[in-house]
Amino acid sequence: MCGIVGLYLKNPALESQLGELFAPMLIAMTDRGPDSAGFAIYGDEVDAGWTKLTLRHPDADFDWEALATAVKTLLNVNISWFQNANVAVFKVAADETRLRTWLEAQAPEVLILSVGQSIEILKEVGLPEQIVDTFNLAGMKGSHIIGHTRMATESAVTMEGSHPFSTGMDLCLVHNGSLSNHNRLRDVLKREGIAFQTENDSEVAAGYLAWRLRNGDSLKQALENALKDLDGFFTFTIGTRDGFAVMRDPIACKPAVLAETDDYVAMASEYQALTTLPGIENARVWEPEPATFYIWERGSH
Amino acid sequence: MKTIDLTSSTVRDLNQALHEQALECTEREWAVTNPKGQHNLAVGLDQKLAVDIHGHAGYFCAGMNKKAHIVVHGNAGQGLAENMMSGTVRVKGDASQAAGATAQGGLLVIEGNAGARCGISMKGVDIVVKGSVGHMSCFMGQSGSLVVCGDAGEALGDSLYEVHIYVKGEVKSLGADCIEKDMRAEHIEELSGLLNRAGVDEDPAAFRRYGSARQLYTFKVDNASAY
Repeated sequence: MCGIVGLYLKNPALESQLGELFAPMLIAMTDRGPDSAGFAIYGDEVDAGWTKLTLRHPDADFDWEALATAVKTLLNVNISWFQNANVAVFKVAADETRLRTWLEAQAPEVLILSVGQSIEILKEVGLPEQIVDTFNLAGMKGSHIIGHTRMATESAVTMEGSHPFSTGMDLCLVHNGSLSNHNRLRDVLKREGIAFQTENDSEVAAGYLAWRLRNGDSLKQALENALKDLDGFFTFTIGTRDGFAVMRDPIACKPAVLAETDDYVAMASEYQALTTLPGIENARVWEPEPATFYIWERGSH
Repeated sequence: MKTIDLTSSTVRDLNQALHEQALECTEREWAVTNPKGQHNLAVGLDQKLAVDIHGHAGYFCAGMNKKAHIVVHGNAGQGLAENMMSGTVRVKGDASQAAGATAQGGLLVIEGNAGARCGISMKGVDIVVKGSVGHMSCFMGQSGSLVVCGDAGEALGDSLYEVHIYVKGEVKSLGADCIEKDMRAEHIEELSGLLNRAGVDEDPAAFRRYGSARQLYTFKVDNASAY
C-alpha cells in the first residue's frame, strides 16, 4: 500500500513552519504505511564548493565528533556538523567524489543517506509518529519536503529499504506501487555505474532518474523517459534541489491528490493527509491524470 | 434535521445512527460536517433519508446505498456509490476512480469530473457526469446507462455488455467491442429522461450513443471447437 506526501512552499514566509505543517501530513498516512517512515527535507543550503551529507551509523552511540575531526584533519577541509538522533549532517568544503571515496575507505560502516547542497534524508523503521518525534520534524525549516509511510511488498522492512531513496545529488524519490521490471533495469543501471544499496524496486526508479539526469536530461525529459522505461504501478513524488514533481503511471491504480493555494502545493496519497494545512478548504484540489507528470520548481540556481 | 460532526463523532457512530433509521425512521434529514476525507461515509443505508455531507469524502462514500438521497458538497475519493442498489447519490465536485462500480440501481450524478473506471462493471445504475470521465470507463458494464457531458478517456466501454453510453464531447478511444450507434428517437427520449432526473441542462441531440457490438460476449457456433 504505502502513503506518500509532499509539501512545496510557494510563500517563503512559511519556511520556518515547514516541519510543523508537514508532520501531521506524514502521521495521517499511518494507516497506509505503519512499517517505516521517512522524509527528505530541502533547505539550509551549503555554499558552492561545499557538500552536505546525511550519514547514519548502526550504533546509536557512534562518535560523530571523532569522525568529523578526522574529516577535518585528514582531508584538511572545513567542516560543520550536527547530530539528529542516530544520523549526522555533515557540511564539508569538498566535493562528493572525494568525500565518498574517503568515507568508504575510512568509515565503511557509515551509510550515506543523501548527498547534495540542500537535501537531508531521515528515515527509520517504526510508526510515522515515532519517526516524527525521533527527528523532531515539527521543528524543522526548509523550502520543500517529501515523505513516505511504508507497507512493504517487494523487499524487507529495514531502515535501508524505507523511503525516500536518493541516488543522486539532491535527488530523491518516494513511491507508492510496485515495479515489475526492476531487476533487469537494475542490471542495466549498474553497468552504467549507478550504485544500489538494496534490492528495493523503488531504489531502481530513483537510480533511473539519477542516470537520466546525469546524462543531461532535464527533469521533464527524465520523467518522460521514465514513463516509457518503468513497467509497473506507481505514483512517484520526486524531490530536487529546486522543487518537486508528481507522476502517475498510465494505469493509475495508485492514488494521488494534489492541492494548490497561493502559499503552497501539497501532494498526498489521500485527501485526509491534507486536512490540517492552512486554507485547504479553499484550495484547488484535484486528482493528477494518468501517465502525466506535474513539476513545480523555483527559479534555477 | 440532525447534524453529526465528525470531529467529535466517529464514522462508525455516523453509520450506526443512519442504519438504525432502517428499523424505525425518526429523522429524515441528516447533515454531516467535517468529513475531512474520511473513508466509508454513509455506507449501507437502507431508508429514505436525505444526507448532506459538507466537505470532501474519502473512499467508498455512499457504498451499497438503498433508497437514501446522499449529496457530497465537495469531492469524493475512489469507489463512490459502489454497488449502490437504489436511491440517489450526487457529488458537487469531482469523483476519483471507480465511481459507481458494480452499482445495480439508483442514480449517481457527478457534477465535476470522474476519474478512471467510472461505472466499471455497472449492473443497472444510471450515471450522469457533467464533466469528463477517465480511461476504461464502463469496463464490462452490464446494464444501466452512462451519460458524459464532457469527454471520455481511453478505452471507453471495453468488453461492454448492454450499458447505454451517451457522450457529448470527444471520446479518446473506444475499448474492445464498443462501437458508436445511431441515435434514434427512443434514445433521445431515454437521454432526455436521464438529464432531467439528474437536473442537467443539456441538449440530448448533441450527444452520441455508444454500445456493444455484441461480438465478444455472445456465444458463436463457429467457436464451439474452442470449448
